[in-house]
Amino acid sequence: MVYNWRRRLVPYLFISPFFVGYAIFFVYPVLWALYLSFFKKSGINSTPRFLGLDNYRDLVSDPLFIKALINTSYYAAGSIFVIVPAALGLALILSMRHLPWREFFRFFFFAPNITAGVVVAIIFRLVFELDYGLLNNYILVPLGIEPVRWLRDVRFIMPAIILMGLWRYTGINALYFMAGLQNIPAEVKEAAIIDGASRGQVFRYITLPLLRPVLIFVLSFAIIGSYNLFSEPSILLGGYEGGPRNAGLFLTMYLYRMGFRNLELGYAAALGYALAIIILVLTLLQLRILGMFRED
Amino acid sequence: MAINASMQEKNMTVRTGRKVHWQSLFERGLLYVLLLICVVLTGAPFVYMITGSFKENAEIFSFPLHFLPQVPTLINYQRLLSGADIPFVAQFGNSAIVAISQTLLNLLFSSMVGWGFAKFEFRGKRVLFLILLGSLTIPFQIILVPLFLLMLRINFLDSYLGIIIPGAISAFGVFFMRQNMLSIPSELIDAARIDGASEWGIFWRIGLPLVKGALSVLAVLVFLGSWNDYLWPLIILRSTEKFTYPLGLATLYGLYKIEYGMILAGAFLATLPIIAIFIAGRKQLLNNLTIGAIKG
Repeated sequence: MVYNWRRRLVPYLFISPFFVGYAIFFVYPVLWALYLSFFKKSGINSTPRFLGLDNYRDLVSDPLFIKALINTSYYAAGSIFVIVPAALGLALILSMRHLPWREFFRFFFFAPNITAGVVVAIIFRLVFELDYGLLNNYILVPLGIEPVRWLRDVRFIMPAIILMGLWRYTGINALYFMAGLQNIPAEVKEAAIIDGASRGQVFRYITLPLLRPVLIFVLSFAIIGSYNLFSEPSILLGGYEGGPRNAGLFLTMYLYRMGFRNLELGYAAALGYALAIIILVLTLLQLRILGMFRED
Repeated sequence: MAINASMQEKNMTVRTGRKVHWQSLFERGLLYVLLLICVVLTGAPFVYMITGSFKENAEIFSFPLHFLPQVPTLINYQRLLSGADIPFVAQFGNSAIVAISQTLLNLLFSSMVGWGFAKFEFRGKRVLFLILLGSLTIPFQIILVPLFLLMLRINFLDSYLGIIIPGAISAFGVFFMRQNMLSIPSELIDAARIDGASEWGIFWRIGLPLVKGALSVLAVLVFLGSWNDYLWPLIILRSTEKFTYPLGLATLYGLYKIEYGMILAGAFLATLPIIAIFIAGRKQLLNNLTIGAIKG
């Protein structure tokens, strides 16, 4: 009898580390944040003042929040429409038959992803340097283009950050696409070719649809990653304002600044909720558009 | 059967016929060149960081630009490691302590919880598993502020515990281990139970050794995440001697005169452990990383 009772307890004991930790470090904070977001609390030891929905109202009319939202969405668009297609292209090339040194390439293009965001930003501060940087001196000037003030010109800050993202994230996304491409049986493609399909048609009607699960995976992480971006833009532009006229202000960066520099804890809690809702809505939208809930 | 064989023959002539075709050869050559250009573009920033760390500041910022240092010098490394500007060696060590501890604890918890879900049936298993998966969807921005306040209250602020303990709770880790443990044959476990082994003993001495590969992949992923983390240590750690290396390098930008050479040296040193780990385990990692993309 005792043996039975203990036996049934065992699985709960095994899974307890996660659920106990989850309750303490996740559920409790999530609820506390909701509570906190209805108050004004400036500073760690200050007494909170009840505000109702004012934090959220201020948020919507906060010019810096809007700027951060626009910037981050600009970057997310770059992620979706530049980085992901580039990764797919790279994956297609790397999946060619009889490619010499394929393993070396796989590792090599993965390397930018394993370096720390801080390190990447350090490197790219030099790459984007006006007078002595890599990009201006080795690519633009030889092509006869005027050097660009990448990090100081408001028009070029976001493109610069997207370029940095391209360098950092193309490789790993290409790896995901390669895995997906490997799972497409070659016979299906060959049957289509024998039936007279052109390579473009094979890609559009066979490869792409069969890549849908991987595409959903990649896009979800592209969106989430874009809105989470913090260390690269912070170190690249210095400080947490996002450079000249806040052109590089990202949402998570703004949250950090409001919550941990200005210590506006109530406001930052509301900001956190807003940001989470934005991310969830966009991810669901993407899933809907790509038809995850359809049976195909 | 005969039809299949003749189909195969037809495939082969189509394939070999295509292989010798000059147009496709030219095309492949072109794509290979494109690939090599991508390699150069990806590698150049890395190389520039490494060679830049061996140049004096004046040389990094002078014309004409060279990749290789004209006057190679170790002064950046000497100054960095001497601790005159920042206690880099200590900070590097701090990162190591935090990353290793977090990895070990995470592995323990993730495999325990994964084992519970993989090898047992119990009331509420479905719901609890859904809660586990659901936790993956919630963006972390919500809990940044309240988790910080919680850490403050339980005295984990400016302590590595504030990074390690929350970091050991990982839904992804649990999910990953569970997937890998599913395939362990239950006959082994039943036999051990009949022999009178304790549940913990079964887990520790039979289960874990059978998933060594998965454990090492998870270890690398957790270590990588911890080693490269910037935002959370930035929030938790307050005293310079306790900083992890990303925080230390970031403060180097705040100095009156930015010491680029030293920063590059620090960035390079910080990246070495990761590169070493990944080179050592590359095959296992690249194969296992993509499991989530296809099957998930």
